[in-house]
Amino acid sequence: MTKNLNVIAAYTIMMGLIILVGIFQSWNIALSIFNLCLISAVMTMGANIQWGYAGLINFGIMGYTALGGLAAVLISVDPVQEAWSAGGSNILLSLLLIVGMVLGVRYVLKKYEKSKVRTYIIATIIIAGIIIIRFVSEPGIEAIEEVDPAKTGFLGGLGLPIIFSWIVGALFAGGLAFVIGKVALGLRADYLAIATLLISEIVIAIIKHEDWLTRGVKNVIGLKRPAPYEVNLQQTDWFINLVEKFNSSKLNLITDLTERQAALNQFVIEGSSIFVKLCYSGLFLIVVIILLILTQKALYSPWGRMMRAIRDNEEAANAMGKNVVKQHLLIFVLGSAIVGIAGAMLVTQDGLFTPGSYRPMRYTFLIWVMVIVGGSGNNFGAILGGFVVWFLWIESAPIGLYLVNLTTTGLADTHFLKVHLIESVPYFRFLMMGIGLLLIMRYRPKGILPEKIEIK
Amino acid sequence: MDYINAIVLLLNYIFVPALAYGSQLALGAIFVTLIYGILRFANFATGDMMSFGTMVTILFTWYFQSLGISLGILPTALIAIPFAIIFMVGYMLLIDKFVFKYYRVSKSPPVQLAMVSIGVMFVTQAVVRIIIGPSDRRFFDGEKFLIKAGEFKEMTGLNEGLAVKSTQVITIVVTLILVSTLFWFLNKTKTGKSMRAYSDNEDLALLSGIDPKKIVMITWIIAGVLATIGGALYGLDKSFKPFTYFNNMLPIFAAAIVGGIGNPFGAFLGGYVIAFSEILLTYAYKKFFMYLLPESLEPNTLVQLLSTDYKFAVSFSILVIVLLYRPSGIFKGKML
Repeated sequence: MTKNLNVIAAYTIMMGLIILVGIFQSWNIALSIFNLCLISAVMTMGANIQWGYAGLINFGIMGYTALGGLAAVLISVDPVQEAWSAGGSNILLSLLLIVGMVLGVRYVLKKYEKSKVRTYIIATIIIAGIIIIRFVSEPGIEAIEEVDPAKTGFLGGLGLPIIFSWIVGALFAGGLAFVIGKVALGLRADYLAIATLLISEIVIAIIKHEDWLTRGVKNVIGLKRPAPYEVNLQQTDWFINLVEKFNSSKLNLITDLTERQAALNQFVIEGSSIFVKLCYSGLFLIVVIILLILTQKALYSPWGRMMRAIRDNEEAANAMGKNVVKQHLLIFVLGSAIVGIAGAMLVTQDGLFTPGSYRPMRYTFLIWVMVIVGGSGNNFGAILGGFVVWFLWIESAPIGLYLVNLTTTGLADTHFLKVHLIESVPYFRFLMMGIGLLLIMRYRPKGILPEKIEIK
Repeated sequence: MDYINAIVLLLNYIFVPALAYGSQLALGAIFVTLIYGILRFANFATGDMMSFGTMVTILFTWYFQSLGISLGILPTALIAIPFAIIFMVGYMLLIDKFVFKYYRVSKSPPVQLAMVSIGVMFVTQAVVRIIIGPSDRRFFDGEKFLIKAGEFKEMTGLNEGLAVKSTQVITIVVTLILVSTLFWFLNKTKTGKSMRAYSDNEDLALLSGIDPKKIVMITWIIAGVLATIGGALYGLDKSFKPFTYFNNMLPIFAAAIVGGIGNPFGAFLGGYVIAFSEILLTYAYKKFFMYLLPESLEPNTLVQLLSTDYKFAVSFSILVIVLLYRPSGIFKGKML
């Protein structure tokens, strides 16, 4: 118990901060911060598995997040029948061609010895394949994008409950990670970082511009929800009764009936959005707890010990007969799959998919700051990092505003410096993140909650 | 005549823009490669350091403009650049003293330094946005075109015009001067040679009495010069926006690695490789074929290999291919 004291203390402080936001700002803000903290925590757990357990740098987090989001769209949106009949066959044919192309390349790779001729054959297959696929898919894509472009213009999805996308998102991200891992894992640490960063940009470029699949920058809005809608809740009797009971002390102070009804309506509207957010919190919390149990079990299992051995000394682990390449690939896929879940969760919560919003600053580097600040190699640390950093990321604007007002009290409100500083308050979050990261790396390189492995 | 038209078309839309863009990338790539070769880490703050240098240039430009100083047909920014360089070198040395030095002295692994550079990236980005804001800024003044498309048409009587922006010429000329001075410095002077020795084998270099502090300082100074000039030229040619500069880091990295990281000459050529392939693969060749082919064979599509949306994706794909087949780059990296 005592040895976990710092963990408990850190989490208590964090929860206390969120509750303070609830009291001083509003419970709505507090809950939305809390929900995004939970999603960030899932992402950091994914990154932590790769970096903390195995020492692999993955700067492609943004790509997996976006793929998870794409999964949410492809699972939950109803299929667009017209688009399918307009160009579905072309798309399916192109998919078959891609599979054929990959199989062809694999066949050549297996069948022939490494030589110049083989390289040329492979290049020919790929180039010819791309040309044929473009030829086949182009009319289909055009036809699909012409189907009611203001509303659909894409193939739609499967029309299943969006919750399933959390699993499918993991599969998508894991699949991509498998391909990337096969290609890039042999590279040195910093090359791997750059390669994954660039590959994730390619993924985003594809998601942004392949309108037939994702609607691209036109965004997909109004996704199905796993939680009830506020409007429906506000008309449900049990919910109104619940709110009435909850706020009875305040309501009883009001004697006038019409005023009381108006106040109750206000409470119901506020309560409904809080209730919906609580539903999400519950769902996210379940995911976080399941993942935490699994990752903790993995960390203390023989497999976890092997991963640390590989991380700390690759050659020695290799000499002991551990297959380093295979384990690296495995952990790369697992970590990315977890990030994929987070991506799907994020889109589920927002109810919309906006490919334009995926930027490396927010979805790759910020997650890395979370892992480093929280404590790499320690799951509780990584989750705490997600909470702390996201909390600061959101609350840095009010804090920055307060600081600006404090330091410029002597100046008039119209002074150009003060106006300029107040305008640039949103950018103080970058400053805070940067300075926070530098300080942590300098003075507490293992993070707030360092990795703690007992050797028995 | 049609052949000449076709060639002018390619010159106008591919060759000249790619040469200018390639020069801007090349300067950034040499910056990355120098840091990598001597300080031994991948600097993720590259794009933002360049944007910092450009910001200082813009501030000086505004100051000179307010004083009424101008270079006539040349942009005022050219006088501002030397002052910005001094400022930028100071900033670089400051960062090195307070941030990177600690990890260098304690011999941290390169990965840790790369992480630290992410911290620097955040801070620099914040500083730039707080000082000058995130919006698009143009700071070009003076004569915009060296050759105007219309004038060219009149002069030659061709159907196709060739427009050459003065910023493109400035970019190419300045890059050539800067890069040749740098190569002369690295190859002929004693300090340059000791830098190469340090990059090649640190221990051996230290044994032969090379002062590491001096090497590091000179590296940061050169880096500051490259970052400011590269950034300012890009800003003059296009426009200055902090977010674009951050994104430019990616093709710059691609150029440095394609050329063989640690090898400045490779990085220099890598910049052009990336720029030309980006533009060649995303250009619509319809008009070009219209000039060359008889009417019956004229293409009815755009004849575009990839849509321009995938401009960045091209350079990244090249990078991935190079990493797979020749991880040390086209020109064998790590030799400076």
